[in-house]
Amino acid sequence: MVRYFTRLRVRRIYKWGGRSYADRKLKSYGFEYLNIGVEGQEAVTTVTPGQYILIEGNDDDNPFVAKLLKLFGDESHKQKKALVQWFLRLSEVPQNKKLLLGRSPHPQEIFYYLGRACDDEINVESILGTVHVQHVPEDTPFPEPGTKDTLYVKMSWDTKAFNVLDPVLMQDTPASTPPKPALPLFPPCASPAATPVSRGPVRRALPTPDPTVMRRAGSVSDTRATMSTGKMGTLEAESIHSASKLSASKILSTRRRGSAADTPGVRKKLQLSNGASPGKRMTREDVLCELLDEEVESEKVMSLKLSSSVSHSLQHGCSLSPMRSGRKTPNGQGGFPRKLTSISLDRLSPTALGEQDFSSDLLLAVTPLALEDEVFEAGLPTDSGSAMTPKKRQATPRRNYVRGQKATTPSRRKESAMTMREPALGVLAEEDSEDSPMQPIAMTPRSKRKSAQLVSSRIRKQLNLLDNNEELSSDGDDCFVPSKKDLQSSSDEESEEEQTESEEETVVRKARGRNCKTPSRTPCKTPSKKATPSTPRTPRNATPSIPSRTVPARQPGNILEEARARLHVSSVPESLPCREQEFQDIYNFVESKVMDGTGGCMYISGVPGTGKTATVHEVIRCLQHASDMDEIPMFRFIEINGMKMTDPHQAYVQILQKLTGQKATADHAAALLEKRFSNPAPKKETTVLLVDELDLLWTRKQNVMYNLFDWPTRHHARLVVLTIANTMDLPERIMINRVASRLGLTRMSFQPYSFKQLQQIITSRLNKVKAFEEDAMQLVSRKVAALSGDARRCLDICRRATEICEHSASHPSTAGLVRMSHVMEALDEMFSSSYITAIRCASLQEQLFLRAVIAEFRRLGLEEATFQQVFVQHQALCRVEGLQPISVSEGLAVCQRLGACRLLLLEASRLDVLQRVRLNVSQDDVLYALKADRD
Amino acid sequence: YSERFCHRRLPEKPVGMESQHKHLLELLRRTAVHGESNSVLIVGPRGSGKTMLLNCVLRELLEVKDVNKNVLPVHLNGLLQTDDRIALKEITRQLNLENVVGDKVFGSFAENLAFLLEALKKGDRSSSRPVLFILDEFDLFAHHKNQTLLYNLLDVSQSAQAPIAVIGLTCRLDVLELLEKRVKSRFSHRQIHLLSSLSFIQYLDNVRSQLSLPQDFPDTKFYDEWNESIKTLCEDQPVVDVLQRHYNSSKDFRSLHLLLMLALSRVSASKPAIKPTDLLEASRVCMVDSKANILHGLSILELCLIIAMKHLNDIYEGEPFNFQMVHNEFKKFLQRKSHSIHNFDKPVVIKAFEHLQQLELIKSMDSSTAKIQKEYQLMKLMLDHSQIMEALQKYPQCPTDVKQWAMSAFG
Repeated sequence: MVRYFTRLRVRRIYKWGGRSYADRKLKSYGFEYLNIGVEGQEAVTTVTPGQYILIEGNDDDNPFVAKLLKLFGDESHKQKKALVQWFLRLSEVPQNKKLLLGRSPHPQEIFYYLGRACDDEINVESILGTVHVQHVPEDTPFPEPGTKDTLYVKMSWDTKAFNVLDPVLMQDTPASTPPKPALPLFPPCASPAATPVSRGPVRRALPTPDPTVMRRAGSVSDTRATMSTGKMGTLEAESIHSASKLSASKILSTRRRGSAADTPGVRKKLQLSNGASPGKRMTREDVLCELLDEEVESEKVMSLKLSSSVSHSLQHGCSLSPMRSGRKTPNGQGGFPRKLTSISLDRLSPTALGEQDFSSDLLLAVTPLALEDEVFEAGLPTDSGSAMTPKKRQATPRRNYVRGQKATTPSRRKESAMTMREPALGVLAEEDSEDSPMQPIAMTPRSKRKSAQLVSSRIRKQLNLLDNNEELSSDGDDCFVPSKKDLQSSSDEESEEEQTESEEETVVRKARGRNCKTPSRTPCKTPSKKATPSTPRTPRNATPSIPSRTVPARQPGNILEEARARLHVSSVPESLPCREQEFQDIYNFVESKVMDGTGGCMYISGVPGTGKTATVHEVIRCLQHASDMDEIPMFRFIEINGMKMTDPHQAYVQILQKLTGQKATADHAAALLEKRFSNPAPKKETTVLLVDELDLLWTRKQNVMYNLFDWPTRHHARLVVLTIANTMDLPERIMINRVASRLGLTRMSFQPYSFKQLQQIITSRLNKVKAFEEDAMQLVSRKVAALSGDARRCLDICRRATEICEHSASHPSTAGLVRMSHVMEALDEMFSSSYITAIRCASLQEQLFLRAVIAEFRRLGLEEATFQQVFVQHQALCRVEGLQPISVSEGLAVCQRLGACRLLLLEASRLDVLQRVRLNVSQDDVLYALKADRD
Repeated sequence: YSERFCHRRLPEKPVGMESQHKHLLELLRRTAVHGESNSVLIVGPRGSGKTMLLNCVLRELLEVKDVNKNVLPVHLNGLLQTDDRIALKEITRQLNLENVVGDKVFGSFAENLAFLLEALKKGDRSSSRPVLFILDEFDLFAHHKNQTLLYNLLDVSQSAQAPIAVIGLTCRLDVLELLEKRVKSRFSHRQIHLLSSLSFIQYLDNVRSQLSLPQDFPDTKFYDEWNESIKTLCEDQPVVDVLQRHYNSSKDFRSLHLLLMLALSRVSASKPAIKPTDLLEASRVCMVDSKANILHGLSILELCLIIAMKHLNDIYEGEPFNFQMVHNEFKKFLQRKSHSIHNFDKPVVIKAFEHLQQLELIKSMDSSTAKIQKEYQLMKLMLDHSQIMEALQKYPQCPTDVKQWAMSAFG
């Protein structure tokens, strides 16, 4: 998997090359090729029509693939355009259509795009570089994962189905050797003063380094590896209870063993150098011995692979180093097909190493891409400083990691990332220097150090190898980032699988890295470590789910239960009666936008329970059905709810997550979405966004709402926003002008249901289940329509009525229809005020106190009195009633009790006798209740 | 040995709320067995047995075999979970979802919310376990920001997601008015009111049954004796009067239990029965005025100041007074009527005045006390006349002239 550092702060320069030919009709000029250069460097990539190119997209790891057909510019030479034929990655195929493929896709498979929905004219500035695409005939299997950079075409995709690709379409492909770029691009840190020598040929001509050196390299890295096995063991022990992870690691190790078998020669060599460590390992008599052994084995294999990859690369006459540059500069990819085979091999070992060993690296792996870019930029100046103290770093390699683990602030993390990366760069340079004296490495700090330390070459070699190890591990972590970003993008089947597994582990490790201290380095400590209870992990990969029940839910037994199930608000009705007009309006709106590929906003208002959300969902369901039937183009539906987020800015996070599955902070998500919606992204399907409870997205600056309504207006956004809120005048009331103006005037308001509509709703819900008397149903609907027109209320009352009906019947099976009396009872329960009953049920003193309150109000002519005043009245009333007067404390207690029920409104009780008392019920209600009580 | 009934911790069958009990039990059973989502509020004044009712229902529900392992009760209390962040963590912890490690819940508030909603959304009626959310002090949850938690819980209960039952317990009758309109719309408007309409006869019966020993008491002789004594006790007129008084004051059982506990605590091995006097004494303790004791502890000077304040209150009809006014009133009394009280210096009087303020028998009226001199700060008396008079009656060795001064209509 290769990442393209699109966000690396290198400015690309795009220049036309070759003869230009004018096209009078279109007022444009065509060009023969395009040179892409990087500012500050002389390396230039040439792109000519017919080549396959990578185009910048939303996903940095999976740029779009296309075939360049034509290069042209407009008259003013301001805009450089290109005509392309798109290819799709599987990840770009809609989720629900992926199954149509009928087989598991090759990770590097792409599909010829036959659809018309996409703009095939792109801006050349989005071209990243070239890529190699190979057509595979339908019945031949995919070639063995050779180069990472070759993509395979087998089928075509026309937005509905996968078809066998007509080879004619691919004929004009320059089959296997894409034109080599003049010079691969290097990141500025790698060769700031690089002489403009073609790098590729030089590589080929490199002298093979002394094999003994390489072997020693292997052995050193191996001892290093065994050292880390102990730590690994602890890590393993901590997660011993996690069975899934265990099995994952087993699979890993077996796979590694399998791949090790491929290179028996190297393995033997390794066993020689590794002789001591297995014995040491054997002394453990732990339960986990087996597991550890496996780890040892895998560790061996790993280092084996490490050396094998080194030798492999030597055979090819390439060093390890170009791997980095190869990844960083997409243009370089096409250039080194053979080199890349070696990369694919040693990419495996870093993955393995990285995940086994450096939890801190894994921690680093989550630092955003941008950070890495910064690191690269910053890496250069600080390089020399940290490189000057390599010994210290070597002596305490763990300390770096500890720091890495502890680092929480971005700067700290960056710092440690730098120390991680720096040696890698150093090695890169150093190996260059060893291999090719022609390379301009005199500038790199590592070689300075080298010249300083030439005396002790042995130490240097060791350092070199530890560094090498580190480099690999940091590469490993590079590999994780893409896997986190997108699983589907992969270049190699095996590494893909490894990465999916390792991704899960990454998560676990990452959390652990934060929670626990660095595991001890000495292997002998591990058993005791294992015995201690494991440190808690944060299961980030936890699946949100409610445990499933042991006994299945019982199905409704009789008519009333059946009716109740149907009347429950949650049951999804077959259709939504009484909202036909609104349904049609929304449907037309969304459909037209989806058809045109444009964007727009709609505001839907209505009091709660009038079916706003339900109608929109129904519309979407119909539209999705229509798009399944190929009547309209594909679209995506996303729903957010202002009430279901803790903060308005979380809206960005939720949209992004639902759109791409990425997790990001609110700010980052906003930036990503901004980019997504404003860039002319090809092959984009329309997104329909439903924003429920819009009013809660209000912020003081209103930027969330602003963005939501601004995105649809962007030319390339293809975003339809449907917003729902309760109040009709929300745009006027809370939105500032620029927001309200972007919302536009497409409004719709849902009127409360009339009683007839409510009746129809109940009838349609019941759907011929005869449970209600006609009059009873009418009573409910009339009552609800008069009060609120809330369909939920209506359904709830009906449900309650069925319950009452069931209870009133002597035997559940004999319960007949729901009658008026039942409905009346249900209505009473739901709508009658409980105050009067509460007053009637209050104790005598409480009732007296209420009377005293009213008497005092009458005396004062105010609706408010202090407790003291009321209490005087109360005492008088007590005497009138012939009761023993109560003390002030008791009176206060009575008063507080009434206050707790909210029959009275009280001030804070701190004020004691001075607190003011008000009635929360009307005086008439109190008098009525008390009089009725007297009778 | 008879101390064994502490009255607490044994919620028997609910008394006087059979229909509510049936309703709630039926409702929860439907959630547990049929997977039907519900929401209900139990409303009743303090001490009316809301929690007791719920506990009874839950106990009964969990006795049903196939329900036992099937429901996940989640208990929340508005006084403990003071905001949605804490409440969410608590829910996740009690549900023991997969992002719980040990006893801790990690992740930010937003993550937790998203996680819980996702979890509930994934469930469906027939396959996931019903969750019973019990929200004690429901009204306090309504004060949370945006009522996010309530909205989401009630929304889940109204949509085809994991079956949940939201049970709110509150003593506020106007609790529905606290809910925001869309939250309110999602609430099913089922309210179970617990308003005791107990008559005094029932109340008395209840007292008797509460005090009686259970059938399976080991010592049958004592059992007979004790229950006989309780029966006679409940027919004793003073006792009935005391209970009537309590019944008039409040019908809830918590205060009754308090009274009976006080009486019971006087029972010992040497005195194996409750005497009517015990109950009277207990009642006296229960009813005692909280300020009376403070008043008894005051010095004569302080008492005089309070009497002066009382007169000022009479003259100015409850208007606030300051120290100077009280002091003048006090001096008038000293000059005209006093024979037994010394003439105190002003600083001494000020000290006494401040002491009264510290005891919160008088309270400063305006909050910005810094600017005004102490002598001129406006104060109000926090006592009722009856309290003062009663205190004077009981005050040990109160000089008669002071008493007379207090009785006299005007200073």
